[in-house]
Amino acid sequence: MRTAPRTGLIARLVALAALAAYPLVGSEFYVELLAKVLILGIFAMSLDLLVGFTGLVSLGHAAFFGIAAYAVALISPEYDPANLWLVMPAAILASALAALVIGLLVLRTKGIYFIMVTLAFSQMGFYLFHDTALGGGSDGLYLNFRPEPRLGEWLPFDLAEGHQFFYFVLIVLVLVYGLLVRVLRSPFGRVLVGIKENEHRMRSLGYATFRYKLGAFVLAGALAGTAGFLYALLFGFVTPELLSWHESGHVLMMVILGGMGSPVGAMIGAGTMVALEEGFSMLTKHWQLLMGLVIVAVVLFLPGGLRALPGRLRTLLLKGGGDD
Amino acid sequence: MTEALLVAERLSRRFGGLSANEDVSITLERGRLHALLGPNGAGKSTCINLLSGDLAPSSGRITYKGRDITHLSAPQRSRVGIGRSYQRTNIFGGFTVLENCRLAAQSRRQRAWRLFTDACALVDTLDKAREVIAEAGLEGREDRIAGTLSHGEQRQLEIAMVLATDADVLLLDEPLAGMGSEEATRMVALLDRLRRTRAILLVEHDMDAVFAVADTITVLVNGQLLASGPPAQIRANVEVQQAYLGDEACAGAAGASIVPVTTAASGHQSAAALETDP
Repeated sequence: MRTAPRTGLIARLVALAALAAYPLVGSEFYVELLAKVLILGIFAMSLDLLVGFTGLVSLGHAAFFGIAAYAVALISPEYDPANLWLVMPAAILASALAALVIGLLVLRTKGIYFIMVTLAFSQMGFYLFHDTALGGGSDGLYLNFRPEPRLGEWLPFDLAEGHQFFYFVLIVLVLVYGLLVRVLRSPFGRVLVGIKENEHRMRSLGYATFRYKLGAFVLAGALAGTAGFLYALLFGFVTPELLSWHESGHVLMMVILGGMGSPVGAMIGAGTMVALEEGFSMLTKHWQLLMGLVIVAVVLFLPGGLRALPGRLRTLLLKGGGDD
Repeated sequence: MTEALLVAERLSRRFGGLSANEDVSITLERGRLHALLGPNGAGKSTCINLLSGDLAPSSGRITYKGRDITHLSAPQRSRVGIGRSYQRTNIFGGFTVLENCRLAAQSRRQRAWRLFTDACALVDTLDKAREVIAEAGLEGREDRIAGTLSHGEQRQLEIAMVLATDADVLLLDEPLAGMGSEEATRMVALLDRLRRTRAILLVEHDMDAVFAVADTITVLVNGQLLASGPPAQIRANVEVQQAYLGDEACAGAAGASIVPVTTAASGHQSAAALETDP
């Protein structure tokens, strides 16, 4: 038991080192694909804070992903790179504010109704960008230049360069992970887990649970916005589909696939999802069918998600009776 | 000289056409244990829910230490000092015993936005949790997963969590439900100890226990207050006996237990009667 945290830490450091080393050997295409995985990993972790830790199953989380993506595209000048240190906080703040307003309304509902109203709000966001001229309608917007991290005259790094952008994303991922781990260990985080376990009892113990849920919702929205911001930078354009309920369902599946209630699980889910999509789409154009089968199989046979796989294998091997 | 902590005046609660509580008045005083009796469906749980804030009264007034708290929500009432336990065990089954009590204790120290402190580094909260675990007789069980405790231990944990909130008023909904006689004896002794510094409202079906520990007994029938007074007076009350004997479901149990206890007097510590109970 006592060695478990240490092996876990070593596994995380090895994974981080492998990710950091990948651009040295991988092709441009795969470095970009891996950056996409990392960004979706941030997105999935942010949703897991709601689904896996607070017990709030949101089917509208893509709204906050898309809002930050649109925010950076809208506020960046057309012919010049924007300043990273201004647009990044601005985009994240836009998502956080949206989460605050939407959270104030949707958190008054519970269970299936919560799922439905989060879905409804994200669809409103989708149609806002799809049907009005605000964000270029259904065609979306181009982001012609990645923002530059200008500090006065000094440019410490260059996001337009693929590898540097990859490392920037990796650093943000590590920071988000560290933040979540700290928050979950804090009194605030403990309250969230208590709400997931038994909200009624939390109220009778004196917790005004609404405020805590709102705090979690805003934090999750801000982190989804962080992912959305990076996503817009990665591909250089934004479309209304970023806010669609498909995208919300997609990230929810990542969380379920990897195993709810674990930031690492969420990242594993994001990686597996992208890998399977790429792999299956090379095999057949009906790849979504295969994808569906995998999700069903995981839900049926591996309720804890892929994260629970090593533990399950270990017990299977031990039950097998062999001592080798 | 007693200090009235919680005073409910003419509380009523209607569900559509049904009057679950009608003009119920109850005073809970520090150092005294007030038992609430009544046949099934008499409105005992509704009464506790009205006092704890889980239900809003249709009319009536509740004050706590002289302050009107009729419109406070359940979390707000918990924070002023009214704690409750539940009839059906209501704990965090997946957490350890320690975390159950730590969360309860943390509710008194809600510096809401401390996002970066380790919860387990808040020593006062942790100390409080360990203290109430010992007080409720669960020492040595700190690291057990609450859901794996025996039924009786879960009931004790339920009380420990209320204690961790520093409540001055304890609203206990059938803490003895489903307990073996040995566990029940321990729980009665615990209630007796807790009463000394707090006010307790006890809803309980176990007549022997009630008559053994209660200072005051209030009997509810059909949502209305039938009688209220010291145990000896309630025992002698003809209306109370009729209410119980008239209720077929309770006839056997109540008829059999109200009468024999007459000899046990209204002593506080005599939980002995329980041990002979089948």
